[in-house]
Amino acid sequence: MTSISRSLKFACLSAALILGACTQKKEAVNTAPPPPPAPMASAPAPVTSSILPGSAEDFRVNVGDTVHFGYNEYGIQEADKGILGRQAAWLQKYPAVRVSVEGHADERGTREYNLALGARRANAVKEYLVSQGVSTGRLETVSYGKERPVCTESSESCWSQNRRGVTVVTGGANS
Amino acid sequence: MKRYLVLFAALAALWTAPALFTPALAALQVDVTQGNAQPLPIAIPDFVGDPQLGANVAGVVRADLERSGLFRPLDPRGFAERITNINAVPNFGSWRAVTAQGLVTGQVTQQPDGRLRVDFRLWDVYGQSQMLGLQFFTTPENWRRIAHMVSDAIYERITGEKGYFDTRIVFISESGPALKRVKRLAIMDEDGANPIFLTRGDYMVLTPRFNPTAQMIAYMSYIGNKPRVYLFDIETGKQEMLGNFPNMTFSPRFSPDGNQVALTLETGGNSDIYIMDLRSRAMRRLTSDPAIDTAPSWSPDGRQISFESDRGGSQQIYVMNVDGSGQRRISFGQGANGTPVWSPRGDLLAFTRRTGNVFSIGVMRTDGSGERLITSGGRDEGPTWAPNGRVLMYSRALAGGGGSQIWSVDVTGRNERRVLTPGSASDPAWSPLIQ
Repeated sequence: MTSISRSLKFACLSAALILGACTQKKEAVNTAPPPPPAPMASAPAPVTSSILPGSAEDFRVNVGDTVHFGYNEYGIQEADKGILGRQAAWLQKYPAVRVSVEGHADERGTREYNLALGARRANAVKEYLVSQGVSTGRLETVSYGKERPVCTESSESCWSQNRRGVTVVTGGANS
Repeated sequence: MKRYLVLFAALAALWTAPALFTPALAALQVDVTQGNAQPLPIAIPDFVGDPQLGANVAGVVRADLERSGLFRPLDPRGFAERITNINAVPNFGSWRAVTAQGLVTGQVTQQPDGRLRVDFRLWDVYGQSQMLGLQFFTTPENWRRIAHMVSDAIYERITGEKGYFDTRIVFISESGPALKRVKRLAIMDEDGANPIFLTRGDYMVLTPRFNPTAQMIAYMSYIGNKPRVYLFDIETGKQEMLGNFPNMTFSPRFSPDGNQVALTLETGGNSDIYIMDLRSRAMRRLTSDPAIDTAPSWSPDGRQISFESDRGGSQQIYVMNVDGSGQRRISFGQGANGTPVWSPRGDLLAFTRRTGNVFSIGVMRTDGSGERLITSGGRDEGPTWAPNGRVLMYSRALAGGGGSQIWSVDVTGRNERRVLTPGSASDPAWSPLIQ
């Protein structure tokens, strides 16, 4: 029970961070240097101590798995380069891990177009991780188009959450 | 199932004597091209013979014709004449009195060999003549199909267009909460009867399409989290991945001869259109633009393919020759335009218009002219044509992740109505006429 309630707390925390980043993205595009990737060696906060380093949960909670995109866009936003840098560093620290990058779109597009758009987004994340030194063979991509929303309202805040790329650990992680 | 059609030519000649005195121009007919046609009042009393099946068959025929929007089946409770013998000429005066312009009389009987025999006659009440007389034999469990064939025959005789009631719809049945939707491949009759699930829902499926014989379905499946185009054989239940590609394949559509499938292959994030030959499994590339090129649809003569592309900046409709040459944009209207689908008649493209978050179904000529929107839901996408090119079905999403419905509309924009499905449903594809 304890670990479940903790996970929930962390999930809420990371969601809050993502939302914050998301609502700031317009301004963030113009700020020059992205924040440096968080050093992996830094001591985890006490609250994260129950998470096994190198696990899928470690990646999801301590690194962050989701980046967001502008409307009908698939370029990596400046604000998201930090999180992708951390993903790349983590993946290099745990070289056995394989991941799948999921590309998603908001509801404003036909089914087929959004499948294609999701593929562009997943591929953009993949290419960024490769540019940061992750071997391409460890990365798969899959597009879900508009079929797997995290939010169902027809509002900009909801659409911005659904326009996302999610890096999911699929194998080789500690457990 | 075998289908028998026997025209009562000799008998009809005897009974239509009064028609000799009726001007030919008065013949009962409905012009389906009229945007505001008054539905034709038609009386379809329960068929005689087996009382239960007689009522069932007539009920299906009434529902079919009513659904078309071109007919107004009258309430049988108001009928003065009770049909007891379909071989006798009806009392036309009593049918005129209930405002019927057409009258259908029929009979369902069980044959000694167990088969059903269905006879029916279509009468022109004002012309006092028989317009049609047909007889069908079938197994008892096929009674709905026979009823649809009766509807098709009446529709064709009166409108001059092929009917579409004896057809099926393949679609995606949706269940579960909006954030964890379960999508299953399903098939049903055109009127929503006999729904059957073809997949169990343990992986997502999208965009099914029939082949020209309605025996095979091409669709997209996420088996193993790898979105690829699959073929589903309805007879055997066998599923087969179409080709073996390292990346996503999607938006399949059979060629008119059924020997090829146009589809989209994604490579390195870029989507382009290919044609796969089903016998050799060879792939031929049609587009090579860095933009999104997807949603191919064949012209009925197999010579051209319409598709959508954002190569001009926004998603728009293009047409090309089947070898990939002559790619040209044809949609220049407002908003984004996608999912072009060629009418079986070859005269129109149906498409999805999106302006902001408003989605509508429209039609345009194949050169892009004459564009008009024909649905009003605001969340409508993915049109599919009835085989006669007069009616379309499409998906209508509900707000707030409330699921999806299938709707139909006449190509004129009239008669927009929901198609009943078991639960939420999307991505309808209309079968060709079943042989």
